[in-house]
Amino acid sequence: MNTSSHGPASPGNTKVMNRFDLTSRLVGLLTHDEAVIGGIGNTNFDLWAAGHRPQNFYMLGSMGLAFPIALGVALAQPARRVIALEGDGSLLMQLGCLATIATRAPKNLTMVVMDNGIYQITGAQPTPAAATTDIVAVAHGCGLPNAAWAADEEDFERLVGQSLAAKSPTLIAARIDDKPAVGTTHRDPVQIRERFMQGLGVRQPI
Amino acid sequence: MAVAEGQAPPPRAKDVAAKDMPAKDMASKEMAWHDIVQQTLKRNEVRLVTYVPDRVLTTLIANIHADDYFTAFPTAREEEAVGIVSGAWMAGLRGAVLMQTSGFATLANALASLAIPYQIPLIMFVSERGTLGEFNYGQSLVCRTMRPVLDALAVEHHTATRLDEFEFIVDRSIKQAIATQAPVALILSPLLTGGKVFAK
Repeated sequence: MNTSSHGPASPGNTKVMNRFDLTSRLVGLLTHDEAVIGGIGNTNFDLWAAGHRPQNFYMLGSMGLAFPIALGVALAQPARRVIALEGDGSLLMQLGCLATIATRAPKNLTMVVMDNGIYQITGAQPTPAAATTDIVAVAHGCGLPNAAWAADEEDFERLVGQSLAAKSPTLIAARIDDKPAVGTTHRDPVQIRERFMQGLGVRQPI
Repeated sequence: MAVAEGQAPPPRAKDVAAKDMPAKDMASKEMAWHDIVQQTLKRNEVRLVTYVPDRVLTTLIANIHADDYFTAFPTAREEEAVGIVSGAWMAGLRGAVLMQTSGFATLANALASLAIPYQIPLIMFVSERGTLGEFNYGQSLVCRTMRPVLDALAVEHHTATRLDEFEFIVDRSIKQAIATQAPVALILSPLLTGGKVFAK
């Protein structure tokens, strides 16, 4: 795997991993119809590529809103675990949401930040935070003590597993390479939304 | 308050009109505009209210916080509030977003890439700054962007100016948004709310 030349400001011993691999590992840990919100671009493309589930929601725009959308789902269905996958560039668009989530403190929300320090999909330009801003430290400062860097794949799986039984919102940051997604989400927003609602038990197929 | 309780059916058009006839100001004596918003949200089972505040919305926000029926909280940006109520609606919980004109101006992307294409009944209440006595030039400029953006995206919107027709507008607009799965913006004119004026 490539090491991004614009790696994020994470602890030095954090392994550079791969988004699709981590996403596949995460999906493999889901056994209770957990909702998964995939942020704009490669993040949701890899969620799609990891195998469609009716409880998956794929964003085709509204950059930065994966965590807010997931918070809404978590508030509406407190008995269901909700996982949001977001890129570091996307999160930078909406950092304030970490404060909102810390204040609401939903017990059932896991936030995953795929951090490569670049806007991979637009040509791999570095983000303004690349190699400077530590997303986990930002989360701690926002009042999310349950935030950590994944040291490697095994640690990522351990952190995801912990979060699925946690009593407070969890943020997991993973340092990833500069690879594009391995698939592309079928861009049909109405169908995505309707199937998601069916997957959450809100709607029945007509 | 002689207000219909949460479970009561919505008023028919003729009832609303009749209310105006015997005593022109009856409605205003019994219910302020913010009471109408609160009661109509309840009647339509809109339980989640997210907002970025505005001076004009102060009483409404305080009353909604004080009412156990609602889950209400501020967000850092209006887009965030839109994302939250969109997720909540898809998961079975109805919500509305409160904001000021300048906040609406930050929403074109979230409307065009989330609420509209995904067919989400986003209910927006926008306290209108920038007109009818505005004292801040920036507010008056940003206000001029609001209706062109709504029209460009073909979003249903109404400007509420009169208390006697306000409940009808709010109730019907919420029902239409949900039935048609389309966003709606209810613009609260200073003619309805009194607006914000120069501090002495």
